[in-house]
Amino acid sequence: MNRLKIITNGIIKGNPTFVLVLGMCPTLGTTTSAANGMGMGLATTFVLMLSNLVISLISGVVPSKVRIPSFVVVIAVFVTVVQLVMQAYVPALYETLGLFIPLIVVNCIVLGRAEAYASKNRPLDSFLDGLGSGLGFTLSLTTLGAIRELLGSGAFFGWKVIPGDAMLVFILAPGAFLALGYLMVLFNKIKKA
Amino acid sequence: MFLCLLIICLGGSAVMGGVYLITYEPIAAAQAAKVNQALSQVLPEFDNMPVELAYDLEIDGRKVTVYPATRDSVFAGAAIEAVTTKGFGGPIKVMVGFLPDGTIFNTAILSHAETPGLGDKMDPRKSDFSLQFNGKNPKTFRLAVKKDGGQVDAITAATISSRAFCDVVDLAYKAFIQLIQKGSEQ
Repeated sequence: MNRLKIITNGIIKGNPTFVLVLGMCPTLGTTTSAANGMGMGLATTFVLMLSNLVISLISGVVPSKVRIPSFVVVIAVFVTVVQLVMQAYVPALYETLGLFIPLIVVNCIVLGRAEAYASKNRPLDSFLDGLGSGLGFTLSLTTLGAIRELLGSGAFFGWKVIPGDAMLVFILAPGAFLALGYLMVLFNKIKKA
Repeated sequence: MFLCLLIICLGGSAVMGGVYLITYEPIAAAQAAKVNQALSQVLPEFDNMPVELAYDLEIDGRKVTVYPATRDSVFAGAAIEAVTTKGFGGPIKVMVGFLPDGTIFNTAILSHAETPGLGDKMDPRKSDFSLQFNGKNPKTFRLAVKKDGGQVDAITAATISSRAFCDVVDLAYKAFIQLIQKGSEQ
């Protein structure tokens, strides 16, 4: 039960996008469609889980002076792994996410969870925390992407559902801010109730 | 302290090196597949391996890659891979196939970062914009949007992207002309 709580904490109470408002750059940049948002979210989830696990394992032996550099190296390793694997097996997704994959290294969610949770907790809990935060991030990005795609190009996961032209502004940067703002309000309203 | 960081870095390098070795071949295969697919789209029928004959040219200080194609050992045309930085969202990489007389056979977009819904209509899957170049010979067809006195119908609300596309096709054409002249001198 306690373990489950660690996961749901990352999805609802400590949702990285809507509550902690971390990692806004990839959030706004990659959510032009639901599939892109989901791809970015899953890549980040993978990095979060493994970096949290490894950081929790090594945090006991790493002196505090080199704590942050060590964490960054661990995170960078997993990001590189994700990047190479995506490039090899899902080149189409790699092309659309392109620049944002290497940027996972500096995503504040990853380093934030490493510093705030993984360095102080046991490996399994840290792993689950990574999974929870990652899922929270993925769900937020997929929702935001789906709404922007639906309003901006009249499609859902690439399937055209509304014929004709749609409100293009939602695909562009201003629409990202608008959609994100309204989603944030809605999420926090529901969370409080 | 240093030892610890060193060990972490060594371990990290080992993991990355391992993954690099595993994914090296699939990545190369995926990229080669992409080039080959683009080649078969932009060139008329050919029976050689243009990838093996590919070489680089420099036109006005910009690098282009030439893929010559032959059929029954006769020159069947060439595909030119060129990049423009005049795009709205970043570089646009395009492959243009020419018939021996300089007529554009077809074009394929290898990569671009144009605005979804506007500039990305240069992709033939999204609109017919790029198809208007097919069968045109830049010798008689002015490669510029109508606003600039050319003959190309620009994408509505994406003139910059349309200009960039004209620019890159023009560059490819210049490369092709140079290639033909070199060929006739030999």
